[in-house]
Amino acid sequence: MKVAAKVMMEIFKNEGVEVVFGVPGGSVMPLYDALMDADLLNVLTRHEQGAVHAADGYARASGKVGVCIATSGPGATNLVTGIANAYMDSVPMVAITGQVRRPVVGTDAFQEADTFGITLPVVKHSYLVTDEHELPRILHEAFYLARTGRPGPVLVDLPGDVATALIDYDPDNPPEPNLPGYKPTVKGHPRQIKEAARALAEAEKPMIYAGGGIIIAEASDELRELAAYAHIPVTTTLNGKGLFPEDDALSLGMLGMHGTRYANYAMTNCDLIFAVGVRFDDRATGKVDTFAPDAKIIHVDVDPAEIAKNLAVDIPIVGDAKWVLRSLIEELRKLEPSPERHVPWMRQVEDWKQAHPLPLREDPDGEIMPEFVIQKLWEVTRGEAIVTTEVGQNQMWAAQYWLAKHPRRFISSGGLGTMGYGFPAAMGAKLARPDLTVVDIAGDGSFQMTSQELATCVSYGIPVKVAILNNRYLGMVRQWQELFYEKRYASTCIECQPDFVKLAEAYGAQGFRATRPDEVEEVLRIALASDAPALMDFRIKREANVWPMVPAGSAISDMLGGGEA
Amino acid sequence: MKHTLSVLVENKPGVLTRISGLFARRGFNIDSLAVGETEDPALSRVTISVDGQDQPIEQVTKQLHKLINVIKITDLDPNSSVTRELVLIKVHATSETRSEIIQVVEIFRAKIIDVSASTLIVEVTGTKDKIEGIISLLRPFGLVEVVRTGKIAISRGRKRT
Repeated sequence: MKVAAKVMMEIFKNEGVEVVFGVPGGSVMPLYDALMDADLLNVLTRHEQGAVHAADGYARASGKVGVCIATSGPGATNLVTGIANAYMDSVPMVAITGQVRRPVVGTDAFQEADTFGITLPVVKHSYLVTDEHELPRILHEAFYLARTGRPGPVLVDLPGDVATALIDYDPDNPPEPNLPGYKPTVKGHPRQIKEAARALAEAEKPMIYAGGGIIIAEASDELRELAAYAHIPVTTTLNGKGLFPEDDALSLGMLGMHGTRYANYAMTNCDLIFAVGVRFDDRATGKVDTFAPDAKIIHVDVDPAEIAKNLAVDIPIVGDAKWVLRSLIEELRKLEPSPERHVPWMRQVEDWKQAHPLPLREDPDGEIMPEFVIQKLWEVTRGEAIVTTEVGQNQMWAAQYWLAKHPRRFISSGGLGTMGYGFPAAMGAKLARPDLTVVDIAGDGSFQMTSQELATCVSYGIPVKVAILNNRYLGMVRQWQELFYEKRYASTCIECQPDFVKLAEAYGAQGFRATRPDEVEEVLRIALASDAPALMDFRIKREANVWPMVPAGSAISDMLGGGEA
Repeated sequence: MKHTLSVLVENKPGVLTRISGLFARRGFNIDSLAVGETEDPALSRVTISVDGQDQPIEQVTKQLHKLINVIKITDLDPNSSVTRELVLIKVHATSETRSEIIQVVEIFRAKIIDVSASTLIVEVTGTKDKIEGIISLLRPFGLVEVVRTGKIAISRGRKRT
């Protein structure tokens, strides 16, 4: 018999956990006591939101399960945003929350909250541990569920007296998961795959629309092979950035609301969409009725509920993207499609690319334009860095101008759109990939939502870089107010802000500022070369907008700005 | 079209909350819901009636399937399944109306399970049509309360639901 909290450390080890993020409190004290002797890195963040986003960033950069810990009540409720964020973007995560002791559960005890109930709509699965002997099986199941099928966050709510109870656990013979209702489909239906291959071989104007599911399934190589073999242009979702090299001639960048004009034109005019690891999100499709009106749609996803959720699909395939792509390529090779038949389509796509490139603006007043900073950052890092983003204009500029080359190196809050995500996620990503430069492309508004984690970075020596595109606005909302609310800037002017350079220095990090374009590269070079966490305050053109833009509810071919239609 | 979904689930705390929460947040309406243990105490059966016109039944079942504790979902075909509901009806009864009410109860093969000076409690089991029939005939006497279990269903023949 061993103390349950110590057993949890053995299970962490068994599951390959290298790092946990969290904040202690009354009901998780036994767990923290055990962590002191455990063979893993225990990162104390300054807020639980920092912990959960860091676990998320770690998971996305590494492909492993991210682990975060919070105490009962407010600690647990502070995790909720980050759990919802991980759920929306299918991030493997185990969140462990303390709960009040079992005898007082349900009595409104000090720091009691119904964490199980509060998180129910935003978890893949959850457990309230009521029997200490069930704990080993539950914890192993949590990791298994988090990383398999369509990954997601799994919550384990752990009463304090369970953590101190004595239980049996043999690390060499861990309990098997007992999940009779959980059988993710890996192999796609062979007949459907054959039909998809035939459709691809017959199409004259095909498109690949690929998303985060490819990265999760580690299927980037297969997707690249398919695109190259069959000569099909590739557009990705925000979370798909990096699954296909965006400096490749076949890449059309991101589609949708702030996608490239050429990706949106190509999607609207194609005759076949091969959709894989995507969920036809409204930001990608625009108005569904006018989305790809002439296209046959093949949809591959591991989650059957995503198929035909938002629009009708002609050839559905449920299965693991890597498995399905492999057999599809095999089937397609048998058909020996002629490389000639796409030539007019490829020419048309190339014409759109030439005619409507993303704008590269030079400001008449000599101010810094956001795309200039991102392009310089790309040059300085040769596009090899991991980029995380905050949410808003900064995120969309990053999506447009950062040409992602590798999977797991563009990390952004896509589904939930969580401001404050990028900086703690960068911390987690840096711990997952210490060999790579990690930069959070931030806005001044978003960064202020989790800036306290500068203390964590300094304390643990995590040399994350933050590039703030500082316009002293909540810029994306301001842009919408400019366009749709007669420039009535309600609650979006945040001119009262800290001196970010001094803020960084106050925490013991480095701070730099650029106010003119000719200062940008030097700031980047100095900040990225240092071994310390560093913040760069780029004072950009205040009212720079994100172009092109599809107004909400419009067809994705109806774009405003960024080159003439 | 009305669908009767027979959902086999693990008998674990929170399962019903997961199901009802899923219906609420996805905007699906539940017409009726009944839940109870099966022949295997580790499993429960949830019978849910939903309107397939209001929501795509395929999306409802796919979302239900995503719940880890849900083991099997059967969309029961009305021709090859039997459905029943139990209803308790408390109806006003005076010395003048009592015998008339008893006649109605006999015609429907219902039972009287409680009698007071001014009320009768009627227990009736049956299909939706039968239950609505007896309720409409008892309504003129004055319904005090109607309590329904919600529909349960099972497939006919040897096949397991």
